[in-house]
Amino acid sequence: MKILVTVKQVPDTSGKVAVKADGTLDRASMQTIINPDDLNAIEAALSLKDEYGYKVVAFTMGPPPAAGMLRELMAMGVDETVLISAREFGGSDTYATSQIIAAAIDTYGVDDEDIIIAGRQAIDGDTAQVGPQIAEKLHLPQVTYAGQIVKDGNTLTINRMLEDGYMVVKVQTPCMITCIKELNTPRYMTVKGTEECWDMPLKVMDYEALKDHELIDATTIGLKGSPTNIYKSFTPPQKGVGMMLEGSGKETTDELVGILTSKHII
Amino acid sequence: MILDQKHALQQKLFREFAETEFTKELQDELDETGEFNWDIHKKMAKYGFMGVKIPAEYGGGGADSLTYCLMVEELARQDAVLSIYANTSNSLGGGPIMLAGTKEQKAEFLPPVARGEKIMVFGLTEPGAGSDAGGTNTTAVADGDDFILNGRKCFISGAPMADWIVVFAKTDLSAKGSRGISMFIVDMDSEGVSLGAPEKKMGINGYPTCDVVFEDVRVPKERLLGPLHKGFQYAMKTLDGGRLGVAAMSTGVAQSALDEAVKYSKERKQFGRKIADFQGVSFMLAEMAADVEAARQLVWHAAMLKDAGDPEASKACSIAKFFAAEAANRCAYKAVQIHGGYGYIREYKVERIYRDARIMSIFEGTSQIQEVVISSALLK
Repeated sequence: MKILVTVKQVPDTSGKVAVKADGTLDRASMQTIINPDDLNAIEAALSLKDEYGYKVVAFTMGPPPAAGMLRELMAMGVDETVLISAREFGGSDTYATSQIIAAAIDTYGVDDEDIIIAGRQAIDGDTAQVGPQIAEKLHLPQVTYAGQIVKDGNTLTINRMLEDGYMVVKVQTPCMITCIKELNTPRYMTVKGTEECWDMPLKVMDYEALKDHELIDATTIGLKGSPTNIYKSFTPPQKGVGMMLEGSGKETTDELVGILTSKHII
Repeated sequence: MILDQKHALQQKLFREFAETEFTKELQDELDETGEFNWDIHKKMAKYGFMGVKIPAEYGGGGADSLTYCLMVEELARQDAVLSIYANTSNSLGGGPIMLAGTKEQKAEFLPPVARGEKIMVFGLTEPGAGSDAGGTNTTAVADGDDFILNGRKCFISGAPMADWIVVFAKTDLSAKGSRGISMFIVDMDSEGVSLGAPEKKMGINGYPTCDVVFEDVRVPKERLLGPLHKGFQYAMKTLDGGRLGVAAMSTGVAQSALDEAVKYSKERKQFGRKIADFQGVSFMLAEMAADVEAARQLVWHAAMLKDAGDPEASKACSIAKFFAAEAANRCAYKAVQIHGGYGYIREYKVERIYRDARIMSIFEGTSQIQEVVISSALLK
């Protein structure tokens, strides 16, 4: 009985964003963090582990330094981690990425009572595509935007949050869930965890390990196998300094209306 | 010294926890009421802070002194008193048991302390025995299977919440000075134990301190901690570790003074410019940064020597405590100075930092006692 969580190391967007000549992110020169929504996915898995005794396994695809993030997750309570890493996988878009992660998850093995959880989306690409695509490639049912997860045997009842309400969805395991930040508050690492995580299992799946899987084809992975072509990436120029009008009286509103009218905004 | 991966991850844990959980509301409440906050105590316990240094076999984190110092520094960087919450069990409270306890005593007392379910405090200081701990007047006289304890301990941090207290008492009444002193683990709810009123302190409010009085308190012989008549050396060893903790705490306080000063000097404008643009201010910031970094490196170095069992460790702990405590006071002074009149107002954090910093050069051995330790090591 396990929960497989997919996580991504993302650039800390509070720092400066660097872009390489081919339009992809220069991740090496940027500070990284664990994608915030993925921490909610981890917390969901760990809460279910606390209650039902699941084994929690985290998967990530990325360069070797992503191992640091996996150690951190094990210090929070994750039992085992898998780093999917190979030069051949570099530059993958969401299509190619989900192909590779699905192959890795399938190689690891998904049993009847297992659950796969992902964060809704990553703060670097904001696509929210990888989770659903993994589910499609593994032919598993998927429920996105989970705001509450309740387990009853092999059935999960999930509140799927929408803009103006929520949808209650019942789904059988094995299934894929993507979750939103309102689902929970992620826990911290424990002191014991930070001592023990260095000796816990971190498995590397490279190209050799996955190349014979039916989803892996040299033409559908990596930058060359990605249907998405990035035309241009850039940091948008900073907006000009705003204007502050102080006061709450009629004169201030008149002044505001005057400015907006003069700029033909109203 | 550069932190390795493990210690860097632990520093991240402590920093994230303190930055998120030690809210301004909580800090203000502790300072204003002076009362112990059980909620934050329990939360820190949940993540293993109370037992960082307690061995894993007794339910602790089994971490080294460097991890412990990183924790105390990061917690103190947000709020000095909250660093004391997690410090006691790893230092003066749990320390004597870890140093001198039998297997049975360790198994009985350490796990609940590591889990934060029980609080153990340290009772050495007396009205007439401060820096001169050898002047202990509390006595423990053997009587059948018990010792009978009489005396008064003062400035006992955490006494109002404590379940147990490690008491130093004279067992050989004919011995002079620091000889003939023994340690005992005493239940705070034993008959004959009473508490003074909580002291009204200048700073580190929120961790109550009071006198503990022992009147014919019966302590079973199995609660003798360490060898009979040889308690003083354990007190000194415990204080070595305690000094390291206060040195780390002082570094955190110095860093918080610097953080506030940098922030404020970039915001505050005078003569049409940020006050950070004036060298009178920016040089103070540079001096503070140098103090903080030097203090931190001394603490880390002393922590590594201590774990390596190096004979220089005791001196290094005293050097770190002496320098860091004085640095915290220098930094707090400058941070208030940079804030000008606002630094004298409660609403600004530096006002509290200034008061909190003051105890650093006093408790667990004054700066002058550290100088005695350092110079004695040089001159022996």
